[in-house]
Amino acid sequence: MALRVCIKKKLNYFDLDINFSCSPEELLAMIGPSGSGKTSIIRMIAGLEMPDEGRISYGDEVWFDSSQKIYVPPQKRRLGYVFQDYTLFPHLTLRENAAFAAKNQKRADDLLELFGISHLRDRKPNMVSGGERQRCAICQALARNPRALLLDEPFSALDFMNRRKLREDVKLLRDEMTFPVIYVTHDIQEAFSLADKILPVVEGKIDNGWLQRSISSAPSTGAPAKAARATRLALAL
Amino acid sequence: MDTGKMDLIPLYVSLKLSIATTVVLTVLAAPLAYGLSFLKFRGKSFIEALINLPMVLPPTVMGFYLVILMGPKGVIGRMWESMTGGALLFTFLGIAAALIVCSLPFALQPMKAAFQKIDHRLLENAYVLGLSRTEAFFRVIIPNSISGIAAAAILVFLHSMGAFGILLMVGGSVPGETKVAAIAIYEAVESMNYREAGLMSLCLVGASYLFLLIVNKLNREES
Repeated sequence: MALRVCIKKKLNYFDLDINFSCSPEELLAMIGPSGSGKTSIIRMIAGLEMPDEGRISYGDEVWFDSSQKIYVPPQKRRLGYVFQDYTLFPHLTLRENAAFAAKNQKRADDLLELFGISHLRDRKPNMVSGGERQRCAICQALARNPRALLLDEPFSALDFMNRRKLREDVKLLRDEMTFPVIYVTHDIQEAFSLADKILPVVEGKIDNGWLQRSISSAPSTGAPAKAARATRLALAL
Repeated sequence: MDTGKMDLIPLYVSLKLSIATTVVLTVLAAPLAYGLSFLKFRGKSFIEALINLPMVLPPTVMGFYLVILMGPKGVIGRMWESMTGGALLFTFLGIAAALIVCSLPFALQPMKAAFQKIDHRLLENAYVLGLSRTEAFFRVIIPNSISGIAAAAILVFLHSMGAFGILLMVGGSVPGETKVAAIAIYEAVESMNYREAGLMSLCLVGASYLFLLIVNKLNREES
């Protein structure tokens, strides 16, 4: 079932006004400069923030509709959400974290195995590396069989090598993911290597020219240059 | 009075009273601290100031009002009498109730501080994972605030051990019922029974010092 989003919200520096959909088995990469409203969009899909107006639906199910005054709380949306930085529960071990909302304990164990962290299952989050924590966060989100997966720059706090490894893991998992996946990133290379569809978001609106501009124009921010280097580095390693 | 042997009953009453207030307040203050830290409602700061009032008022002022409220003509006293047939003033339950009101801020402050330190994203993650607010309270907030809750419990315990004015106002000094160690020490000094006063004081100093060391350790662990 497809996820359809058509929302407007007044943010501090600009108005967010966006309309897109993500079908099952599709990985949509939302890309754009920092502070362009990507996280706000994800939070509204998750139900953690309320749009000013518009509609968010999943198949026939309406999660938000301003005209009908419908708002389904995050608890009822059954989504997987991996936050930008570590939101594992510090008092639980990795295994307890992965199984936190799982219907089936075995599923959590299998996922830990799949992501190569089952040997760390009895450790607390502060006893493992950042990459391992984010792996566990993905396990936690997937273990409850979500209806859609939202990944908000899940690897941005990691170093280059770890990021590349995790990206490969996510790629391998693509076959298993039979639901819509929205992946937020500001890394162009990451977007190209993972996504079925790319959605450039600039100042709260879809800007199809942004990608072109940031690749072809003189690298004023250094980001495109970095992305270009990253490709070559990836080849060399 | 026999000066050879210390009367241990006031110490026992003190201990019983402190344990009772600690247990009740730890349970009672947790949801209250949650409400004050996470919920938005009108008049929140007024309620909070009211709860904290006993911390700054002289115990005699608190005692004065509580005696009126809990006396045979007061609202609470009358309600209690119609329910149980007995009086509330000058009983153990009476001093326990009074002390709970007066110690509430000591339980609330450390708990609130601990709850507010919890990363808000942890709660958001719990909600996305399907937990209701109540479930998140028990599965996320409480387990991550254990040292704050323990600090609150110990502070309440110590404050109860040291309470004097409020207990004298509300409880009088009924031996075996409301005569706690602090009051017994006062009376022993008044009757020039210095040996007993000294021994009992020493007990309180030792116990309080030990518990404060534990609070320090908990605070260190937290930071």
